Amino acid sequence: MAQPVNPLAEVGKSKKGKRLSPKEFFRKCREQKELLWMTIPFLIWLFIFKYLPLTGWTMAFQNFRPALSTFEQEWVGFEHFQFLFKDARFLEILRNTLAMSFINLILGFVTAIALAILLNEIRNLAFKRVVQTISYMPHFLSWVVVAGLVATALSIEDGIINTLLVGVGIIDEPIVWLGVGKYFWGIIGASDVWKNVGWNSIIYLAAITSIDQEQYEAAEIDGATRLQKIRYITLPGIRPVFIILLIMNIGYVLESGFEAQYLLMNPLNRDFAENLDIFVLRYGISMANFSLATAAGMFKTVVSIIFLFTANKIAGKLGESRLF
Amino acid sequence: MDFLRKLAGKRRGIDDLVFDSVNIVLMILLVIVMLYPMLNTLAISFNEATDTVRGGIGIFPRSFTTYNYAHVFENAQILRAGLTSILRTVIGTATGVFASACVAYAISREHFVLRRFTTLAFVLTMYMNPGLIPTYLLHRDLGLIGSFWIYIIPSLIGVFNIIVIRSFMDNVPKSLFESAQMDGAGEFVQFFKIALPLSIPVIATVSLFIAVGQWNQWFDVFIYNSSIPELSTLQYELMKVLSSSAFQSSGDAQSQIQAGAAGIVETVTPQSVRAAMTIVVSVPIICVYPFLQKYFVKGLTIGGVKG
Repeated sequence: MAQPVNPLAEVGKSKKGKRLSPKEFFRKCREQKELLWMTIPFLIWLFIFKYLPLTGWTMAFQNFRPALSTFEQEWVGFEHFQFLFKDARFLEILRNTLAMSFINLILGFVTAIALAILLNEIRNLAFKRVVQTISYMPHFLSWVVVAGLVATALSIEDGIINTLLVGVGIIDEPIVWLGVGKYFWGIIGASDVWKNVGWNSIIYLAAITSIDQEQYEAAEIDGATRLQKIRYITLPGIRPVFIILLIMNIGYVLESGFEAQYLLMNPLNRDFAENLDIFVLRYGISMANFSLATAAGMFKTVVSIIFLFTANKIAGKLGESRLF
Repeated sequence: MDFLRKLAGKRRGIDDLVFDSVNIVLMILLVIVMLYPMLNTLAISFNEATDTVRGGIGIFPRSFTTYNYAHVFENAQILRAGLTSILRTVIGTATGVFASACVAYAISREHFVLRRFTTLAFVLTMYMNPGLIPTYLLHRDLGLIGSFWIYIIPSLIGVFNIIVIRSFMDNVPKSLFESAQMDGAGEFVQFFKIALPLSIPVIATVSLFIAVGQWNQWFDVFIYNSSIPELSTLQYELMKVLSSSAFQSSGDAQSQIQAGAAGIVETVTPQSVRAAMTIVVSVPIICVYPFLQKYFVKGLTIGGVKG
């Protein structure tokens, strides 16, 4: 069975060895000097760049002022968190974050699985390959480029979307898509699908190809139609991969993306576009309110971890494949 | 219909014919949706700016010119940004791949004493994100702000890349390492002479991932080096054009520029400059990724993929 690359499972695989006595440990270290040379510099890098900044979380509990030393900061407890959850604007931002994140999650899964199934049903291999290659292309474009393409396509003057919709009579007048807040979530969802659907289908297509072909042959003898084969063989076949990817992504539920929103945001759609990451950027960098921005960022990380563990537990309880 | 029949290949009944036809139509639609925005941009980039303003450009230029590109390539700032983009991509990819491969090799060795510790330490960081502000302050304290190395050092290693390389190296026959050890080869020799050469496909894949990430990055320029023109990159320059022209209708803000000694007046608009820049930043990647397709498809999956 093809599996998605799952880093958390790797930890489980490298089983705990028996505890070494300190003497034995140092003897082994001397023996494996070369392997240590290949890892310790990067472990130091890891410590400095990924673990050391975690101490910055203390800022969330202070009225942090950059000019003062650690010991002179004023501690305020959970004041910043309380402020955030009483702030109507922050709650709106939380709503936007969750909405866009769920829309992207669901649209992302549905379209990727659908594309993988349709690709698998193509019998002409050359055609299949061409479609695949083209569908991966947008994944390699930057969000700056994609945001530009989206803005052009939605433009009121000459945008293809307005031209088409007016042309077939679905709408009478061109719509300023990026100027109306309620369209924003849909635009982000659609842009995300456009950019990533091909890429996301790769893993499902791999999972489908590794389904036992005899099942299809047996179904054929029993007179199953193509749709029945998809329903009863293909979909159950990719279920384990789907569950693993779902759990992996639920950990990122407050990461609704940053670049697409930031680049397509404007004063007219801002109330629907601003998400947690933009909030952190605005308070932290533009307004230099480090404490509040850190509190918001810390909230995001803590929720991610809680969601990840909960989803993993639930999957285990339901008898599904787990991450770790 | 003949065309459809050819694409559909052998089939059995009328149900199959309907299914295949619908499927092929859907796939052709998908291809159009994927390609049209880029083809439209390509057409605009080769169309005279004043003509583009009239609207109605599809996938072919109406009034061909290369002036938009000339304008882009005459801009000293864009050329400098291009150089920075190339430098960060080359240096970032070389150092990133080497570092990831080193760690991946070490944790693929079952006897390695820090194997579990190293794996755990790296994987945990995927979910323990310190957040923007603590990271920003760290980079400031380390003096990385206003420096080229902010593009290279903090993003040196991606955990995902380590795992991708590692799972590939797991499939290198153990006997190769064992016989090398018999001959007295150390870990460095085994890494450079056995593990790396046999992992070329995965190294290519990870190089592509890192190179694309570096080439497409604009946020670190925006946050750390936005006031230093020398350290700007192509994506950041494009982002500036995008945000400055987002609210202007394409007809506004035309800058008239004398072109050549013949005194022909050609103009550019933000729209046509943006189109040309979009093509310039996208073409290098679009030309490379199809050749690595069979590698990255394998790189994303672990386990028995047939075919």
